[in-house]
Amino acid sequence: MAAKKPSDKAAPSNVSAEELKAYYRDMLLIRRFEEKAGQLYGMGLIGGFCHLYIGQEAVVVGLEATAKDGDSRITTYRDHGHMLACGMDPNGVMAELTGREDGYSKGKGGSMHMFSKEKKFYGGHGIVGANVPLGAGIAFADKYKGNDNVTFTYFGDGAANQGQVYETFNMSALWKLPVIFVIENNQYAMGTSQQRSTSSAEIWERGKAFGIPGEAVDGMDVLAVKSAGETAVKHCREGKGPYILEIKTYRYRGHSMSDPAKYRTREEVQKMRDERDPIEAVRNMLLTGKHASEDDLKAIDKEIKAVVNDSAEFAKDSPEPSLDELWTDIYATEIPQEA
Amino acid sequence: MATEILMPALSPTMEEGTLAKWLVKEGDTVSSGDIMAEIETDKATMEFEAVDEGTIGKILIEAGTEGVKVNTPIAVLLEEGESEDDIESAKSEAASAPVAADKEQSSETAPAESKTHPEPETDTSPDWPEGTTLKQQTVREALRDGMAEEMRRDETVFIMGEEVAEYQGAYKITQGMLDEFGAKRVIDTPITEHGFAGIGVGAAFGGLKPIVEFMTFNFAMQAIDHIINSAAKTLYMSGGQMGAPMVFRGPNGAAARVGAQHSQDYAAWYMQIPGLKVAMPYAASDYKGLMKTAIRDPNPVIFLENEILYGRSFDVPELDDYTVPFGKARIWREGDDVTIVSFGIGMTYALEAADKLAEDDIKAEVIDLRTLRPMDTGAILKSVKKTNRLVTVEEGWPQGSVGNYISSVVMQEAFDYLDAPVICCTGKDVPMPYAANLEKHALVTTQEVIEAVKTVTYR
Repeated sequence: MAAKKPSDKAAPSNVSAEELKAYYRDMLLIRRFEEKAGQLYGMGLIGGFCHLYIGQEAVVVGLEATAKDGDSRITTYRDHGHMLACGMDPNGVMAELTGREDGYSKGKGGSMHMFSKEKKFYGGHGIVGANVPLGAGIAFADKYKGNDNVTFTYFGDGAANQGQVYETFNMSALWKLPVIFVIENNQYAMGTSQQRSTSSAEIWERGKAFGIPGEAVDGMDVLAVKSAGETAVKHCREGKGPYILEIKTYRYRGHSMSDPAKYRTREEVQKMRDERDPIEAVRNMLLTGKHASEDDLKAIDKEIKAVVNDSAEFAKDSPEPSLDELWTDIYATEIPQEA
Repeated sequence: MATEILMPALSPTMEEGTLAKWLVKEGDTVSSGDIMAEIETDKATMEFEAVDEGTIGKILIEAGTEGVKVNTPIAVLLEEGESEDDIESAKSEAASAPVAADKEQSSETAPAESKTHPEPETDTSPDWPEGTTLKQQTVREALRDGMAEEMRRDETVFIMGEEVAEYQGAYKITQGMLDEFGAKRVIDTPITEHGFAGIGVGAAFGGLKPIVEFMTFNFAMQAIDHIINSAAKTLYMSGGQMGAPMVFRGPNGAAARVGAQHSQDYAAWYMQIPGLKVAMPYAASDYKGLMKTAIRDPNPVIFLENEILYGRSFDVPELDDYTVPFGKARIWREGDDVTIVSFGIGMTYALEAADKLAEDDIKAEVIDLRTLRPMDTGAILKSVKKTNRLVTVEEGWPQGSVGNYISSVVMQEAFDYLDAPVICCTGKDVPMPYAANLEKHALVTTQEVIEAVKTVTYR
């Protein structure tokens, strides 16, 4: 098939080999995990909706590199990558995808609804735009408590046309909430391109109307994402209020598993994969800069493949939830303690 | 080891498809993400990508084959170093996945608990001890006192909403609270219900206990997605890890002459949602006691108030920490001839009707549910087993009303005790008109309750 033509960009001198390798590993884990999820879907082991993150890996990996303990994150239904990047267990995520009792939500949430109190991952939300005020609310709680935590609130270019996003921009700016609005602009709101759905070419500029600073970021370059993330995090931690990062990325796979892909050409997707792939770019930096050998990278590939295969086995072996689970977790009897 | 590539399921409902076209041939090498074939599903033609690296050893299903079942082997993929000899050894990854069979079994053996309404032990203890000093207080004052007491008790409780702070509340419920608790905890929001309801739910996820005031519940329709999808369902969706301990409150139902968009009763709507608790009190003591319980409850609570009741005075016990439990009805009047069940402002018609019926020597038992979810159906059943007749009273619309639910419970659990069909007195099946005479007629009336009682008692 088409040969890969990775760019030959060298790593900046302030980035260590270890750091680059960590990004490579984290992005590769997401990609291989998602490929495996797609495969399990094809086999009927995963049902319903399943939205894969392939192509967008640099966004979440670059931003997680700027987070500290105590920070929160919340996202939409394209959420597997965010969970892996914040350190959630691939076994628990895959077992939730297969609807089994060892999944993060005991099989009751599915692909779109997973949470981790421990990792401060607040979901996994299926209503486009709804997670945006929720994220600002988590930031509100941090400000109320007087700590310097920030909340990464991820949403897509499609959600950026929901009214509640702008209601949230207004209140976040008014109340100086420590929230980073991360617009993962993968150019298509389901099957409708940005040009056909969005009046602004630069979505982050909509923040200007509310006095919220922001910037556009190359989302296929993990180092660029990290660098912009550092600016945003610093702004929020200093109590200056919200910040917008519009991260231009690209989704290689369909919107969900049943996407006929008629709204874009195969060539467009292939060109992105060949020329802009975020994982290939880091791989090249590692090789060009002699930070790693082909064998080193093969070892990482093998290690990741094993983690992902194990998660698939775990997710197949884990039993379906007991029928008693139908009736649990509807009402809490006590307030869950803060992690 | 050689791997069988299986016919994939490419949509949530696909069971079989047409293998329209192969884009690879035997001997081609593929890597992850390469498109191998085009498959027509029930919905569209889809591209099928490779997941693993390898060489196509053999194509098992020819292009153009229709009706290929999901999970049928369609090709064999050889790993590096393997040859045609390894094709026979190909193993399907799906071999250990008898998923469909499991699914059917699950649904057939699902427990039937949802179909029954077990009669709970109904708590008939008095709300306050005998001899407690009582004071006359308006619903407005009692509600504010309940919230203020809880805010003194728990630093994480705060109130947000339109005009709750400097204006002192659009209906003066939060009067004086800004002075006592400051702007950090009594927060004026912009007019942006969808947004601030979402921020409130997020704050609850983050460990606070928000009270979100809607100026009226009519405006909460803009926020209902957060009330239901974000607040009520998260505990379940997260397998019990996190939820939204908070209160959504405000006046509900008709006020006076404010027209169709400002006069809707949402009791039956919210009562339907698992994950929510719903209170709809009538008397001031219940506004106070239930509000304190609502704020302490670890779940999202819908607190439906009534503008007309705000200014009415009732006895309120002078106790340091007066709470009322959810799911405990209050019997306002005992009687043997008929049971009248109501809640919220509906109680004014129920009690007025009971007074007038007494003049005709019809003794009505009047039950105030106070909370609709959980609902004290035990108290209703106990009473119906004594009176054998039931009338329900509410201002909301008739189709899918609270009364409809109550009558179904009574029919299933106490059918043999009924001496007459249950009558549900409700508001009329019309949007609220503005004209004074029409509005009065659109609501339920005391006269209708009296007539319903006379019908079920055959008087």
